[in-house]
Amino acid sequence: MRTETLAAATSKKPNNRLRELGAYLVKKRYLYLMSIPGLVYIIIFKYVPMYGIMMAFQDFNFKKGIFGSPFNNFANFKQLFTSDIFYNVFLNSITLSVMRLIITFPIPIILALLLNEIKLKYFKKFSQTFMYLPHFISWVVLGGILTNFLSMNDGLINFLIEYLTGKRINFLGSAEWFRAVIIGSSIWKEAGWGTIVYLAGLSAINPDYYEAATVDGANRYQKLWYITIPGLANTIVVMLILAVGGLMNNGFEQIYLFQNGLNISVSDVFETYTYRIGIVGGRYSYSTAVGLFQSVVAAIMLFSANYVSNKIRGDSLLR
Amino acid sequence: MANLARKKNAIGIGWDDISLSGLAYFISGLFAIMCVIPFIYVIVYSLSPYSEYLKNPFSLIPNKITFEAYEMAFNYQYLWSGYKNTIFIAVVGTICSMILLVLTAYPLTKNDFKGRKAIMTLWIITMFFSGGMIPNYFLMRSLNLLNNLWAIVLPGLLGAYNLILMMNYIKGLPTSLEEAALIDGANDLQVLFKVVLPLCLPILATLGLFTIVGYWNTYFSSIIYLTKREKWPLQLVLREIVFESAANEMQQGMAAEERIVQPFTLKMSSIVIATLPIMCVYPFLQKYFMAGLVLGGVKE
Repeated sequence: MRTETLAAATSKKPNNRLRELGAYLVKKRYLYLMSIPGLVYIIIFKYVPMYGIMMAFQDFNFKKGIFGSPFNNFANFKQLFTSDIFYNVFLNSITLSVMRLIITFPIPIILALLLNEIKLKYFKKFSQTFMYLPHFISWVVLGGILTNFLSMNDGLINFLIEYLTGKRINFLGSAEWFRAVIIGSSIWKEAGWGTIVYLAGLSAINPDYYEAATVDGANRYQKLWYITIPGLANTIVVMLILAVGGLMNNGFEQIYLFQNGLNISVSDVFETYTYRIGIVGGRYSYSTAVGLFQSVVAAIMLFSANYVSNKIRGDSLLR
Repeated sequence: MANLARKKNAIGIGWDDISLSGLAYFISGLFAIMCVIPFIYVIVYSLSPYSEYLKNPFSLIPNKITFEAYEMAFNYQYLWSGYKNTIFIAVVGTICSMILLVLTAYPLTKNDFKGRKAIMTLWIITMFFSGGMIPNYFLMRSLNLLNNLWAIVLPGLLGAYNLILMMNYIKGLPTSLEEAALIDGANDLQVLFKVVLPLCLPILATLGLFTIVGYWNTYFSSIIYLTKREKWPLQLVLREIVFESAANEMQQGMAAEERIVQPFTLKMSSIVIATLPIMCVYPFLQKYFMAGLVLGGVKE
């Protein structure tokens, strides 16, 4: 008797499940229809390129395509890791992004702390409006303005430097000034906009703390040091982790504008190198290998950043 | 310390107030001015002759005003085609992007939607890893989209970051209206477009404005996918004017003595022409700065 019902149940169950699933799909048909475009999109534009990474392991050739090209036993990677140019590119990318992180990271924090001390509402509003502006302007425009300002012949900044020191500096055509130009322009474009996150963090600090401190006779520096900065610590940690996670991205648009033959020894980073040897030079397999190396290192850094965030904050940055 | 506190009680303002406020006003003001002065400079010297600039480069008040550089820039055909292409990319891209965003985000906010986790995982993976430049180039090549403006529109249509923002926003909406509509016999499509979508307009406006600015400003994908000059968006045309020798080419066909406009002034005027639309949108953007906080990177 018992075995009989059990047999009946097991034989009936898949059928029932299928019917239930069918009914569910019919009931939710619009939800599924809605997700079709997004699914098609993500598969074609995100996952097909990931499949295309196969090229990095092949001797790619146009006639045979990705499916027919022969695998070449990691020859591209062997070539990569024995190439001096590649090491130079790797070193340039890391040096630039680490320098940029160290120099640019504290600036929005300081600006936000100072903005927070401003009591005149209109002054604060106007400063903010001006500071956010460069964020919305393209790199081409900012780069264009900067090259005019830094120009050896008729640049405003060089006029000023000549007036002060009697010499002109070739900012745009020399390797030693390249990183300074990149980091300086990053500060100009993004430092103001960067304050917005910290200002939000500051507005979340309970005003009672400040009142209590005033009653206790604390001065404004003490309030800044003992209330404001600790209140901002969590935001600072999150932003730092995010910045470290993104360390492998140097930003093609900015660097490519300022890159030229005179500074290529320091200005060649992963993005520009991949572009030059791949799109311009046509060495598709090799440049895919370079790109893959960059993505893998970037993914590892992002994972690590996420792991650290989990450890410190008990919440991951990405869900 | 006690002495200082007493002083403060007497006048109400202590040394700490004066020094800290002074520092705050000075540095914020200085940085704000440094952010905006270059733009004023560009506008001023796009309107006045190069000789005026050389006479006194530090003056912000022009003695002479001339629109010659603008006339010349407007006669440059690629600036017009660039404008046309960029407007197409930005407008079509933003509209498609918002439609795709809503359609993709809404089902993923429903807890009883089977397959939700799988789709979310697919999206999360894209945050860590991507195909990279060359495989994307081959995708566009095999889709026959090289030298086609859709090659610029399509890759940036939807990202995991905006999707998560949108989902969080929809999840934060009150569910009572949706439930009422479902009880009244509305299907999911009707609920989305009649109930949920109207409530989503603020976030769509925010993300839409950021998307349109993003499309307007980018040149990375154009430099890869578009080789024909007449397909170039504004930023690529501008790049050629400002960084390469297109400023000279703009005056081609003119006798040397007729070339009254210096490349310097031409560059300035082209920059102004390319930036004007962003400047027009900027006041509207400001309204959404607070929403931009969310976009700035910190969740919750």
